[in-house]
Amino acid sequence: MNEEFINTFVSNMMKYLSHIPNVDAEVGTPYLIESDASISYDITGIIGISGKRKGCVYFTAPRIFMSHLLMMLGVKDRSNENLLDLAGEIANTISGNARSDFGEKFHISVPVVVEGEPQNLYLPERVRSFAIPITWRTYTPVLVVSLEDE
Amino acid sequence: MMKLLIVDDSNVIRSRIDNIYAKSYEIEVVGKAVNGRQAVAMLKDLEPDIVTMDLTMPEMDGIASIKRFMELQPSVKILVVSALSDKATGIKALSKGARGFLCKPFTDEELTTALQKLIDAKNRE
Repeated sequence: MNEEFINTFVSNMMKYLSHIPNVDAEVGTPYLIESDASISYDITGIIGISGKRKGCVYFTAPRIFMSHLLMMLGVKDRSNENLLDLAGEIANTISGNARSDFGEKFHISVPVVVEGEPQNLYLPERVRSFAIPITWRTYTPVLVVSLEDE
Repeated sequence: MMKLLIVDDSNVIRSRIDNIYAKSYEIEVVGKAVNGRQAVAMLKDLEPDIVTMDLTMPEMDGIASIKRFMELQPSVKILVVSALSDKATGIKALSKGARGFLCKPFTDEELTTALQKLIDAKNRE
């Protein structure tokens, strides 16, 4: 994955956050995930990618962060179901928006959402996986992009 | 009052759109469906004027749903609300009968502006 490729996801993440009222979150500098251990917080939304590139994009965040986002979006029901749903929707939106750069052969799955540390989420060794950190208040959710090169 | 059907597999998106129009004098949310199959089943009873339609959904996706909606109720006006932002997808949705395309993420104002265009089209009929 080259710099331009990563920038697409950084831009999409910034765009997503800019559409949420009163959330002045910042997107940090992406970094390479060195180990094969995945990064995960309380809630994770995962999108499988197929087509010209294969892999996954996932968004993982502390529960309290997701609860704040729901509140800012005007959704009154901050149930566990909605916290999970929002994580999937964020991963879906960031991945789907990438098709404006990568075209319709960048296929995305419906979201899979996981509560707690995912047991079967392994980042393949031969793929360079990047973490894109987000900072808002004291929270630091992360978008992880793990995709094969073309 | 325009009858709106919301079709999206995300409960958050369905709730959000529902909330936006909860006190509207122009739009009444008459139904919410979690996928295209459920939406098609609701179509005859609800007879919506306008629809917000996601594309990536389990069981029946948005493109297949738009095609079915056009067969069953050609007068319905469909706004695609999707994260899929490539031109080819937009063209495909419009060619099947959708009247507009709003890319996620969206603000309340962007959604209202996009739906107003559908309402205007409906009122011109």
